[in-house]
Amino acid sequence: MSASDGVAARAVDVWKSYGSGDAAVTALAGVSVDLEKSRFTAIMGPSGSGKSTLMHCLAGLDDVTRGEVWVGGTKVTGLKDRGLTELRRDKVGFIFQQFNLLPTLTAEENITLPLAIGGRKVDREWFDVVVDTVGLRDRLTHRPTQLSGGQQQRVACARALVSRPEVVFADEPTGNLDSQSGAEVLAFLQRSAREFGQTIVMVTHDPNAASYADRVIFLKDGNIVRELLSPSAEEVLDTMKHLDGVVVPHV
Amino acid sequence: MFKATIKSLLSRKLRLVLSALAVVLGVMFVSGSFVLTDTLQRSFTDLFSSAFAGVDVSVSPKQEKGKQPEPLTPQAIADVKSVPGVASAVGDVQGSARPIGKNGKVITTSGSPRFGYNWTGTGQEKIRDGKAPQAENEVAVGGFLATTGGFRVGDNIALLTLEPKKTFKITGIYEYAGGRDSLGGELSVAFTEPVAQQLLLGKKDVFSGITVTAAQGTSDDALRDAVAAKLGSGYDVKTGAVLAKEQADQVNEGLKFFNYVLLGFAGIALFVGIFIILNTFSIIVAQRTRELALLRSMGASRGQVIGSVVLEALVIGLIASIVGLAAGIGIGALLAKIFSSVGGTNLQLAGIGVPMSAIISSFAVGMIVTVVAAVMPALRASRIAPVAAMREAATPDRPLTKITITGALVAAAGGASLAFGFNQASLPLIFGGILVAFVGVALLTPILSKPMVSLIGRLLSWSMPGLLGRRNSARNPRRTAITAAALMVGISLITGVSVVLTSATKSIEKLASGQLQTDLIISGEGQMEGQPATFPRDVLTKVEKTDGVKSAFGWSQDGVLQGEDQLFAVAVTDVTALKEMFALKPKSGDITPLRDDQIGLPEDLATEKNWAVGSTITLQLAKGEPRTYTVAFVWAKSQVLQGALVLPESASKEFRSDQIGQAFAQVRPGTNVADVQKRVEPLFADNPEITVQDRSGFVKQTTSQFDTVLLMIQILLALAILIAVLGVINTLALSVIERTRELGLLRAIGMRRAQVMRMITVESVVISVFGAVLGLAVGLALGVSTVQALKDQGISEIGFPWMTMVQYLVVAAFVGVVAAILPAIRAARLNVLDAIAYE
Repeated sequence: MSASDGVAARAVDVWKSYGSGDAAVTALAGVSVDLEKSRFTAIMGPSGSGKSTLMHCLAGLDDVTRGEVWVGGTKVTGLKDRGLTELRRDKVGFIFQQFNLLPTLTAEENITLPLAIGGRKVDREWFDVVVDTVGLRDRLTHRPTQLSGGQQQRVACARALVSRPEVVFADEPTGNLDSQSGAEVLAFLQRSAREFGQTIVMVTHDPNAASYADRVIFLKDGNIVRELLSPSAEEVLDTMKHLDGVVVPHV
Repeated sequence: MFKATIKSLLSRKLRLVLSALAVVLGVMFVSGSFVLTDTLQRSFTDLFSSAFAGVDVSVSPKQEKGKQPEPLTPQAIADVKSVPGVASAVGDVQGSARPIGKNGKVITTSGSPRFGYNWTGTGQEKIRDGKAPQAENEVAVGGFLATTGGFRVGDNIALLTLEPKKTFKITGIYEYAGGRDSLGGELSVAFTEPVAQQLLLGKKDVFSGITVTAAQGTSDDALRDAVAAKLGSGYDVKTGAVLAKEQADQVNEGLKFFNYVLLGFAGIALFVGIFIILNTFSIIVAQRTRELALLRSMGASRGQVIGSVVLEALVIGLIASIVGLAAGIGIGALLAKIFSSVGGTNLQLAGIGVPMSAIISSFAVGMIVTVVAAVMPALRASRIAPVAAMREAATPDRPLTKITITGALVAAAGGASLAFGFNQASLPLIFGGILVAFVGVALLTPILSKPMVSLIGRLLSWSMPGLLGRRNSARNPRRTAITAAALMVGISLITGVSVVLTSATKSIEKLASGQLQTDLIISGEGQMEGQPATFPRDVLTKVEKTDGVKSAFGWSQDGVLQGEDQLFAVAVTDVTALKEMFALKPKSGDITPLRDDQIGLPEDLATEKNWAVGSTITLQLAKGEPRTYTVAFVWAKSQVLQGALVLPESASKEFRSDQIGQAFAQVRPGTNVADVQKRVEPLFADNPEITVQDRSGFVKQTTSQFDTVLLMIQILLALAILIAVLGVINTLALSVIERTRELGLLRAIGMRRAQVMRMITVESVVISVFGAVLGLAVGLALGVSTVQALKDQGISEIGFPWMTMVQYLVVAAFVGVVAAILPAIRAARLNVLDAIAYE
């Protein structure tokens, strides 16, 4: 089986449990999902629902207990460290809640870091497009400590996009930002999907952030329980409130 | 607060181990030195008390300063025998006897004596094999000589004594109580009495001492007094116990010096250890900023925070002292064992002892060093504001102005002390100056680290991981600087010593190629020891007559006494040849052959003593009455024969040995030196201790000892460098912990494990090479200033050991790679998800 056209990442009956025996905790209980190309997908759910675990498994940061994960045409499940490293380097982009920039590098060097690590050339045209889109043109020579939180997160966004990965995974990208900066970052992610056709998968628990997405997937107790297409913030909030009532089907 | 400190300590076991290791090694060195010297001292004390076990009272000729004692006559033995209470009085004959091995080479020892004596049958040695020597051509040899040289009863053995090579038949092999081969690695051989007297003392019917035993009921002290009263002045009469103690004290004095040398190097290692601990505590405090601020915000006082850090240091110091002491006892015992077995000393070790000094110094040194190093970081910790707990723990770069100014002042103070020390020839000032200068340079290092690190790093940062590594090493200038400074100390000391030795070699080479006009140099081994080997005058005459030799001269050498001053004197066979071959220029008077009451002097000695041509000088030679000489000439400042008196040939009759100690020859123009050398060498077939060398061979032999000195210093400084390497590992390991999240990120966005390792390795190599460059620079400065100070001592040239310096750089880079291994593996193995989530 391979990811068919139009699908950037796919999970097939993915199980993930931690520990063993009585102490075993099941984080994902048979999740299957296709994440379409060029779409901005949000994964929502209460804490402990398994949304971060799902993202980590999809991104090759964590291995699955059972099932298969595909990114583009690559089967992630079963890859060794080297393969996973190359997958993350060439096919995946990351945006973290903590920004995670290297303090020794300038904004520009941080942005091109994934390319430098892989020994690839920077596509200057694309770089300019990305930098102008995130509005960092005049901040390129600054060090992270000289940038505000919002600017730092925009550097992280540019870094994720500059290598044109199959998927950009964003883990609570607005969690550490004020609402103004958060809105800027979300708008940028939305634009990337719509204008540049960049596939984006974002984990969040903020209904407002989720409302920027084309598709919102709701997780509870390691299972997908609901799905909304281009919802408003109110719809998302409403759905979250009623998640408690949803009975998770057990296999 | 106490509980919190201990908890925090235990939660950082790795840190504990790393920072303690530097102290452990230093303390190990200190306690090991004490244990080793204590064990050896007690072993030697035992050795001498067993050597004098059969001696109740011993009589020897009175030792007068600068004079060779007159040997005892048979009359003295008869006198002693007549003293009431004497059970026996036996005349001893003892003197130098060097055995020649079956390969034709003289057998050497590592410091133990080689001697011959008269077989009396009353000593403590017992024949193990064969029988005692009875005929003129017979000897008995000690078990250790038999083992070392592979001799058996019936074999022939050649011996060098006052006379050239003579061959004897071995009739017996003897041993000491308990079947021991020797008492302390000495090579001894027993002759019949007349032969011993002739070969060892050079005269018939004389003795070097008398061994007296007391009759039943007479105490040693009473016997000593009785014998002394009978003999009158002119004799030294001592009990065996006193004699044993005197000899043991003499050896132990040497061991004490050895101990000081070891402790000196231990001090250097600990000094380096302070850097490491200081750095570790600084990093720990930086990493604990939030935790300490939290404690402060919960009401802990500044004193409590200081107490917490110092307490942590005390615990580490205590543990390190205990472990270091234990390791030191082990090392000391091991070295003592090696000394007694492998060292060829055959010394019977007294039990391994742990002197109180080892225990006290271990704990004092370990704890003081640790606490001293922790004080600065503790003070810094106490200044952490409580609000820091709420903030992201980003410590801003503190300006380097203050530390740089302090560093410049301290370095200047060190330099001044060094200069003054050289001027006053005061070792404490010199060493103190060097240490203070090190501290000063270390304080200057942070400001140097920025340009230097970026320069060194540029060479290594051709790839992204390399660039990151370089940037990381420039990240915290203080941390990089202290780590590098620790490495600097060891490397600069080695470099300084190499500069001095290279300069000395170069000076000797220049001297040999310029001033020395001799083609062949004939000298004996042991030139550096008290009694160099000599050869008979008639051999020198044969050298002069050898085909191709233009001229040759030689001298006997000895110390002579002028008033209270011991001076070095040579009795020269041919002053004209000396003048020509050594290119001596007269300062005043003419350098012509000396009459029996004339003397020649170098300019430096003349100035020092205020002597001029025509001055009269009274000298006490080793034998005979004091003689008065008139100064005939003073030669101008020269690199050869510095501070030496030139005496007429006749004076050698009153030297300890009138044989030739050193000789020089010039070949006829157009003659091949090597050919002449081949013709001269056979003349010394009976003097295997004498070598005939051309100029380059002589230079090589003279300078070869420098290599040994350098090697010894390198070995002794290796520990200081090892500790510095631990410091690099420590810094890297703590940096890896500190940058866990960054490493997680790099891995998350696709950095391969190998790239992570390369990044850490570059950081490590940059730090190490920086340290080495600093060390080389400081070492050059130290070396050059030492050479300048020694200019008047004959080191006229400055030489730079470029090759050696390049080697140190390469070694430093290699050290950097090795130091990076563990931290790099640790960094590469980090779990990506955990690392990103790491706080």
